[in-house]
Amino acid sequence: MSVCTTCPYCGVGCGINTDGERLSGDNAHPANAGRLCVKGSSVLETLGDQDRLLEPEIQGRTVSWEKALGEVADRFRRVIDQHGPDAVAFYVSGQLLTEDYYVANKLMKGYIGSANIDTNSRLCMSSAVVAHKRAFGEDVVPGCYDDLELADLVILTGSNTAWAHPIVYQRIAAAKAERPAMKVVVIDPRRTATCDLADLHLAINPGQDVTLFNALLGWLADNNGLDDDYIRDHTEGLEQALAQAGQGHRHAGKLAAQLGLSRQDLDSFFHWFRDTPRTVTVFSQGINQSRNGSDQGNAIINAHLATGRVGKPGASPFSITGQPNAMGGREVGGLANQLAVHLDIENPDHRQAVQTFWQSPTLADHAGLNAVDLFRAVESGQVKAVWIMATNPVDSLPEADRVRHALMACDTVVVSDCVASGDTLACADIKLPALGWGEKSGMVTNSERCMSRQRAFVPAPGLARPDWWIITQVARRMGFARGFEYQHEQEIFAEYAALTAEAVRFGKRLDLTAAAGLSADQYERWLPARWPLQGADRCFADGRFSTASGRARFVPCAPPPSVETRAEFPLLLNSGRIRDQWHTMTRTGRAGRLFAHLSEPFAALHPNDIQRFRLCDGGFVRLTSRVGDALVRVRADAGQQPGTAFMPMHWTDQFSRRARVDALVPARLDPHSGQPAFKHTPVNVSDWQPRWHGWLFTAVTPPAVEYWARVPVDAFVQAGQVQRYRLAGDADLTQQQLQEWLPDAAQWLHLDDPGQGHFRRAAMDSHGRLLAWLAIGPDLPNCDVEWLADCFAMDASPPPLALLAGQPADAGPDLGAVVCSCFQVREKTIEAAIEEGADSAEAIGRCCQAGTNCGSCVPELKALLARGETAMLASTAE
Amino acid sequence: MTGTGSRQGNSRPGDSKKLVVVGNGMAACRLLEELLRLAPDLYQITVVGEEPFAGYNRVMLSPLLGGHTDEPGITTHSHRWYREQGIRLITGSPVTAIDRHRRRVITAAGHVLPYDRLLLATGSAPRALPVDGAGLQGVVSFRDLYDVRRLLALPPSRIVVVGGGFLGLEAAEALLGHGHSVTLVHSRGHLLNQQLDAAAGTRLQQDLEGRGLRFVMQARTAGLRDNGRGQVTAVCLDDGRELAADLVVQAVGIVPRTALASQAGLTVGQGIRVDDTLQTFDPAIYAVGECIEHRQRTFGLVAPLYEQAAVCASHLAELGHRRYLHTDTPTRLKIAGIDVYSCGRFDGEGDILTLQLPGGYRRLRLCDNRLMGMVLYGDVSDALFYETLWRQGRDLSEWRQCLLLGEAFCQPAEHSEKDQEELAA
Repeated sequence: MSVCTTCPYCGVGCGINTDGERLSGDNAHPANAGRLCVKGSSVLETLGDQDRLLEPEIQGRTVSWEKALGEVADRFRRVIDQHGPDAVAFYVSGQLLTEDYYVANKLMKGYIGSANIDTNSRLCMSSAVVAHKRAFGEDVVPGCYDDLELADLVILTGSNTAWAHPIVYQRIAAAKAERPAMKVVVIDPRRTATCDLADLHLAINPGQDVTLFNALLGWLADNNGLDDDYIRDHTEGLEQALAQAGQGHRHAGKLAAQLGLSRQDLDSFFHWFRDTPRTVTVFSQGINQSRNGSDQGNAIINAHLATGRVGKPGASPFSITGQPNAMGGREVGGLANQLAVHLDIENPDHRQAVQTFWQSPTLADHAGLNAVDLFRAVESGQVKAVWIMATNPVDSLPEADRVRHALMACDTVVVSDCVASGDTLACADIKLPALGWGEKSGMVTNSERCMSRQRAFVPAPGLARPDWWIITQVARRMGFARGFEYQHEQEIFAEYAALTAEAVRFGKRLDLTAAAGLSADQYERWLPARWPLQGADRCFADGRFSTASGRARFVPCAPPPSVETRAEFPLLLNSGRIRDQWHTMTRTGRAGRLFAHLSEPFAALHPNDIQRFRLCDGGFVRLTSRVGDALVRVRADAGQQPGTAFMPMHWTDQFSRRARVDALVPARLDPHSGQPAFKHTPVNVSDWQPRWHGWLFTAVTPPAVEYWARVPVDAFVQAGQVQRYRLAGDADLTQQQLQEWLPDAAQWLHLDDPGQGHFRRAAMDSHGRLLAWLAIGPDLPNCDVEWLADCFAMDASPPPLALLAGQPADAGPDLGAVVCSCFQVREKTIEAAIEEGADSAEAIGRCCQAGTNCGSCVPELKALLARGETAMLASTAE
Repeated sequence: MTGTGSRQGNSRPGDSKKLVVVGNGMAACRLLEELLRLAPDLYQITVVGEEPFAGYNRVMLSPLLGGHTDEPGITTHSHRWYREQGIRLITGSPVTAIDRHRRRVITAAGHVLPYDRLLLATGSAPRALPVDGAGLQGVVSFRDLYDVRRLLALPPSRIVVVGGGFLGLEAAEALLGHGHSVTLVHSRGHLLNQQLDAAAGTRLQQDLEGRGLRFVMQARTAGLRDNGRGQVTAVCLDDGRELAADLVVQAVGIVPRTALASQAGLTVGQGIRVDDTLQTFDPAIYAVGECIEHRQRTFGLVAPLYEQAAVCASHLAELGHRRYLHTDTPTRLKIAGIDVYSCGRFDGEGDILTLQLPGGYRRLRLCDNRLMGMVLYGDVSDALFYETLWRQGRDLSEWRQCLLLGEAFCQPAEHSEKDQEELAA
């Protein structure tokens, strides 16, 4: 059965058609019109029961759902009774579906009575939320993807769109190919793949976006670039914003130096912006994940308000989200400082409306703890029970090691997830098996407010259940049966849609009331649709905003805090995505193909810095910051600005020994949004030269060595999926240690050169099938890792020498069977000797040594001679 | 091309010098071939063999005992061949004396054979166990066709083979194949301790145990017990154990047969002493094979014998310019179908590299990245490759990583340096 569903990866939210066997882009989906990126098109490869959490567990013991749900409810109830509702917390995720999010929020805010529910969207989106609310009075993305194609100028800032949002990038690229006059500007300290499309790449100094957009605003004001009518009719606060923006733009040389740009490029940018009414500015994590992320967002929006370019075809600021349902979470109120449906927790009228709708016993009346503070409160013991759903804070929060320690020390850590192992799961007291993509069903909202269905097409594995089911079952057991009597996710969605009537009543754009009464059948047949469901594709096109005055607000944006480089930490580290991986790799990490692009964690540095810090391209580097350290490979990248480094955000302790970038990142928060700054972490680097390197293929746990990084191999042995480990270490190795890294096996191949420290092992079962393979040497041992991976999928292993070599032998000519075993002379060699005139066994021996030692093969030599004579006669007869 | 049928009868006897060859083993036969090739008409040749057989391949006695071939199959030089070469072959009649003054030899049957040149190829005799009872009935050797015939005629028996060298192992394995219950006693810790290191010797033992052979290692034979009627019944070990035996095969080495040479007054040490041209103390007398001592060394494997035969033949052919200089000859053996190869000094200082596979074992010893010695067990397909490297004495650092894997994986540097350092694997 084929279904239309939505891709589980980025916030583009592409439609997918699949029957579980084949998969293609959904031609009818407005986001992608049939296109898919490499992650999306390989998503079926990431499905399967291996390494799935299949049953509930308490303290590592498998238990029934009844027991697990009861235990979670009891523990939360007990903590609430003893310490109050603020002593518990939920930490949820943009991976949840809207229905899951809705009931989690309802339970925490409306029934437990605390706002201690925050989401990992805090880490990517909350500064954009603040910017939207401050400017528009509501967290609304005004534009839509079509605007990218309608625009004459697309500015991509803080976004490696080509890798992080490939389909959006492809849409822009296609539009530009069709209309070459369309211009693209990329603002990014790093020269990324996205810059290939750019007419202008502004390699701005890190953290200078506010300065740039403030200067743009000032320059527009000085250079006849303002839309005075629009400003007069639809906005307020320009004067303060202009005052804050200052006069920097009038000192072009100084400004250019501060930004790290040429005056000419800066000038082009200002002119293009002023002269192109159809301008879209796309912003993403490079803007949001900063200490002044909210101001950076507002500085961009200010420039659009000043030119009247909000919510118009081809003209809008456009925040693009990271996760498939970050937007859905924001709609229902999944952040600790939101209430629900874009209503405010601090507003008594809003609270009244929501509580009445929910008919709930209580309602949180103050903002809860944002993500970073939430785990600080876990650390301090203020929060005594935390429930983490579908996310991995031990890897994704700043000061990640500190988060891990906090969780390890916490009395009650509940984790619902679809995978069996993860750095956060390792801290869990109670594990709850949730459904994964392809199994669960519900609604997601993408970056352009388009709501699409995720639909199930494979049965639930083991005892895994939908997140909404798990949440409502716990709610019932906590004594809240009445508010959580849903039988189907559609009932939740319908309730949520109905609740948006309250948003509408308070003047918000979030309007799903048309879906309030939708039937199960309608829900099932739901086609992608943008909200407001009753309204235009764009918001605020009429110049009326969700603020009390109906006017958009200019926000004075503070100059950026000075960058804290010190001699001790001379480099600035940025983190981000790579093309083929997603978040903490719990999904993409299952497909070997997705490691073909980049197989190991790395730090990219400019070649000059590699020299300067005496590193070695392809070697290892230890990075240290004020709060942590990491050990990864060095990658020279001329696109990197000197003085900066880049690390991908994806690698966790499940995939490498010490490559969690967020262990390096100190928790520095945007004062308005509480979003952590993941960019611009001051770090130091030092060369690490291991004494040995190695490859290990095995399905068992990686050895505890200084460096390892793994890649899944498309083969399974009894112990599970085979993994390819790249290893490196400092400590001397004994043969016994090597043996301990390997599984038990019926047959072994050994190669030992202890003088060089070169060792190889191949382990096979009694049928000769490969179970594990290891090579250790002073340099990285030669082998063909792709070929070896294939060997694990074979029923019989290749010849032992090739197997130990880790590569097929150079296939020489087939010389036939061995005739003389003393000298290993083969049939074809002897035949050649006969052809050249050897007419006796002795003569053959003189030619090729055959038969000259023990003589056992002389009879065979004679037989070959006789055969040769016959052949000769035959050819003569012809 | 060896001139099969190229010499016709006793042509021009008056013109020819007389060559008498004492012994008709593998060294003698090889020498005759070489000589006939180099100087087909120089000599009138007489061969005196103690055994009543024409030339046969002694190495093939084991396959013969194992039933893998028959007597015609191991015959290398038939009576007809001698006839066709114009060689007079006297078998079954040992030479009893050499009269060096008159340059003639006398056989037991009374032949008096004058010579211009005499070649001694008397070979070796099996060493007897140096214990009481070595002369009992049922205590045999494994040396010639007689021994094989006797062993083949044996009813199912309890057999003890003493000696874990090449011959003992061959005999034990072949006898096992005939349904006998066979135990091999060896005085050392591992089999073939001359040719193999402990790892290979132990593997060999395991492989043979897998076929049903029993081993008693590190045990010396203290005596042989009889049944009172002169028939052996048990082997007594020095640790007090006794192994019941209907037959005892002694395979504890060989002794060069030098009696004839000694009697003739030739210089004899462990063997008949020869110089680098294989000439004895008497310039008219040459000696080759297991009976000789050359530069304090005696011989037991076929390869050096053949080399000696070639050098000696060149001198007998009066083309003599070659010298026999012993080089460490690699040992190539096939024990019951298992290939074994060793070469050089595989023990000692330096780096020991080993490779262990289900069907094979390799040990290489390197000093300063030069190959000094090796042991190959099971898979010997790369023996020649290693032997060449060993003879060349070349620096192998660039191949160090792949050396154990053999020739197929030791490609010239420009091909083998595959850049695996890419992050994108």
